[in-house]
Amino acid sequence: MSRNPYVREVPKTSWFFRQPRYMRYMAREVTSFFIGAFSLLLVVGLKRLSEGPEAFQGFLDALRGPWGVLFCLAALVAAVYHSTSWFNVTPQAMPIQRGEEFVPGKMIVGAHYAVWAVVSLIVLFMGI
Amino acid sequence: MSERQIQLEVLRYDPETDREPRFQTYTVPCLNEWVVLDALNYVKDNLDTTVSYRWSCHMAVCGSCGMMINGEPKLACKAFIHEYPDQIRVEPMAHFPIERDLVTVVEDFITKFASVKPYLIPKEDKPVSAGEFKQTPAELMKFKQYTLCINCMLCYAACPQYGLVPEFLGPAAISMAHRYNQDSRDGGRDQRQEVIASHEGVWECSFVGACSEVCPKHVDPAGALQQVKVASTIDWYKEHLMPWSKK
Ligand code: SF4
Ligand code: FES
Repeated sequence: MSRNPYVREVPKTSWFFRQPRYMRYMAREVTSFFIGAFSLLLVVGLKRLSEGPEAFQGFLDALRGPWGVLFCLAALVAAVYHSTSWFNVTPQAMPIQRGEEFVPGKMIVGAHYAVWAVVSLIVLFMGI
Repeated sequence: MSERQIQLEVLRYDPETDREPRFQTYTVPCLNEWVVLDALNYVKDNLDTTVSYRWSCHMAVCGSCGMMINGEPKLACKAFIHEYPDQIRVEPMAHFPIERDLVTVVEDFITKFASVKPYLIPKEDKPVSAGEFKQTPAELMKFKQYTLCINCMLCYAACPQYGLVPEFLGPAAISMAHRYNQDSRDGGRDQRQEVIASHEGVWECSFVGACSEVCPKHVDPAGALQQVKVASTIDWYKEHLMPWSKK
């Protein structure tokens, strides 16, 4: 009896199409690009601001254009998906044990949503 | 007792004659309460004695019957026929080389598992006369979940990262290291950190979470790995920003 193990290659670029759970993972990873892009946009905004009121007004006008609105909407959807997908796994990464029991995962996730809501409200409040 | 005909497609590979695997289909009269392993045993006993697969306990304890069932890593003894359509496809666990039919080559896992020192390394030697190492229920709870691992390797079959980077130490081995690190009687963390906090260790994990979704014993290896990342990161900060805090 001779051994002759057969190795099945994993397709390097299309593996994530094999399973819905891999697709969900990829969605989480891909949405981070939007968050990166939005951060860059903020940096550009800061630069414009430093260049004076006119430059900054131009930046704001561009944002109000159809492409600006479209991008902001897409970034918002992506950021919500990305953030919630991380919030929902926090109990796995940060379990809290009290005595012999673990704090229910729902409470850890809930706390994240609560802090998110509070921070969003503060930002909204400062914007008005 | 109701009976149902299913078409069981089995991936076959004979290392002596086959250049690559092929599917062979068997028609199996199944009872409603059967699991996929029963169907395989029916094939072996009545239709084709040459089909090879591993199993032992038939009760989700030994961890030897892991295979891909309709593309999903499952224990064949825990996969009930009534949860499947009339066509059931069984393949050897993904990401492992095929030895023969549904039997995979698992040396890689065994070597990795041993490398994390999955046993108690007491903090100090204690003579037997000094009595047992005591532990409170709360201290036990800290790691109990990880002791449930049956080394079935389904988490490796689920982990795309292990498929892409075979050097990755993988979910079960790191979870087992974490299990001992969390144990109040253990003092071997430093020895295990060298292996698990490396690049091929926990940092190869990108938290896909597939391991925890397929684990038949609810070990939650993905959770263990993230906790190891958090602890290793804290180690790094302590070492670089607070060198005086060295243990
Ligand atoms: S962690 Fe779960 S899936 Fe992985 S080997 Fe252990 S029991 Fe099997
Ligand atoms: S036969 Fe033991 S786990 Fe399935």
